[in-house]
Amino acid sequence: MAVSTRAATAGGTVAAAEIIGRVPATRRRDWSGAIAHAILIASVVMLAFPLYYAFVISTQTLDEVTSLPPKLVPSTHMLQNYADAWTRAKMGRLLLNSAIVALAVAIGKIAISLLSAFAIVYFNFPGKQLVFWMIFITLMLPVPVRIVSTYQVISVLGWVDTYWGLTVPLMASATGTFLFRQFYQTIPDSLAEAAQLDGAGPLRFLWSFLLPLSKANIAALFVILFVYGWNDYLWPLIVTNSPEMRTAVIGIDSLIPRTSQLPEWNVAMAAAMMVLLPPVVVIVVMQRWFVKGLIETEK
Amino acid sequence: MKRTVFPNRWLPYALVAPQLAVTIAFFFWPAFDSLRLSLYRASPFGDRLIFIGLGNFERLLADPAYFRSVATSFVFSALVTVLGLAVALLLAALANAKIRGLAIYRTLLLWPYGIAPAIAGVIWLFVFHPSFGVLPYVLSFVTAYQFNWFLKGWVALTLIVVAAIWKQFGYNLAFYLAGLQAIPGSVLEAASVDGAGPIRRFFAITFPLLSPVTFFLFTLNMTFSFFETFGLVHAVTQGGPGDATSILVFRAWKDGFEGLQLGYSAAQSVLLMLLVVALTAAQFRFAEKKVTY
Repeated sequence: MAVSTRAATAGGTVAAAEIIGRVPATRRRDWSGAIAHAILIASVVMLAFPLYYAFVISTQTLDEVTSLPPKLVPSTHMLQNYADAWTRAKMGRLLLNSAIVALAVAIGKIAISLLSAFAIVYFNFPGKQLVFWMIFITLMLPVPVRIVSTYQVISVLGWVDTYWGLTVPLMASATGTFLFRQFYQTIPDSLAEAAQLDGAGPLRFLWSFLLPLSKANIAALFVILFVYGWNDYLWPLIVTNSPEMRTAVIGIDSLIPRTSQLPEWNVAMAAAMMVLLPPVVVIVVMQRWFVKGLIETEK
Repeated sequence: MKRTVFPNRWLPYALVAPQLAVTIAFFFWPAFDSLRLSLYRASPFGDRLIFIGLGNFERLLADPAYFRSVATSFVFSALVTVLGLAVALLLAALANAKIRGLAIYRTLLLWPYGIAPAIAGVIWLFVFHPSFGVLPYVLSFVTAYQFNWFLKGWVALTLIVVAAIWKQFGYNLAFYLAGLQAIPGSVLEAASVDGAGPIRRFFAITFPLLSPVTFFLFTLNMTFSFFETFGLVHAVTQGGPGDATSILVFRAWKDGFEGLQLGYSAAQSVLLMLLVVALTAAQFRFAEKKVTY
């Protein structure tokens, strides 16, 4: 109770100080700042601990992993474990598959939704309302609620165990179209008028005017879709049979020690670290667009 | 509606064609096919389909295991969403001060979102590991109770709830922090002058002003916990022990792809679709009434 009083009062003090133009140095304000830092640092440490623990395990020998009390400092076996995980799970192929799936889903979905949103906003054509509703009703139902039937479509098409089967069904959702439609509607009509006066056709307008303006939205959608494509588990599990076509999140399953097996958690954690790194890096590097994408794809 | 419209007869159709093709092939066809399949069952040799009307639905609604899955799904989602949001809001409210380095904290909070639920599960599986994990080891000094999730359903459920919350927690906190920073201090100051205590101020002012953030995070976390946690269950508990962690999507997958009961699985898909439609409708009604923008 006392803590939030200080926080709230400090907020008020700062607001008042901004109006007056002078910041009075109060002890209270220092306290609320220190408490805020303490809470945030504690949260960050708590969040990081499981990852740190997993990393530490991935550097230990089998003896260290299974010893009690658990050792919480990195050891010397890191390269050996990562090399083991790499060869046993055929990690190169798994990571390549994941990269192909994540990039294809992201780029493919961005491309088709840019085009359809362009058609919906900048053209009038018979059946437009119908097309609009056919696309937007997909916002309601995620892939997991129709798995058996979607699999049957894939097998009719002969796409089981192919990159087509892994990627194209994940593009059937309107989030991207919705995002670009919202964005195009904020662009003043005068831009299209000016382009037309300059003699630019619709495709020239899309390419030279709309696309450059859409960069931030494209980046936002890219982060969300890349992470989604990389991390999706249910669909690749269903649509692939051969180990060569597995993606990384499901491919490392064989490395996770089950009850009757040798507890090689060090190798399993090494594999987990390799699989989790790419999407985490994408989020950290493209953080600004990630936050934008999170907000706008949920609207 | 735009006033400037490009005059062209065939181009708009060409532009929407890819999206429409994908939507029809992978959305409408499967959705209608699920409806059709739910009325059939596979013959004993699996070579043809036998029409059984609403038989699959009758069987589902008479199956206690299915209702256990419904309950597990709702308990799991409610725990992940309510617990995750409540703790995030509490910490954000306590940490709401003008401080430096918020951008750095944001980075350090957002990264777990990138971890696949299955991988988060594997990491927590080891933290909870009955023989080698750090958590049972620490707890063994406090109590003699065996926190073995291989054997105890509630421990397994706790394990996947904790893994799911861990993945979501950072950005819940980051969004609440941003929402709180956007509330003008003068509003709270005024209430304070009027004699409102900190708890009163929180419930009368801060919480209502944060309702758009709460609504956004609630939807995001519900969708996540219902539909994107299949990998977590599959990689960690396989629905067990018993069926203690068999959430609805996991059961539909298991009956369809392991049990090869296509009609039975399709009937579950149909009920799941109805559930999503109902939840979406409820969400829109709620959004109209309660959320302050």
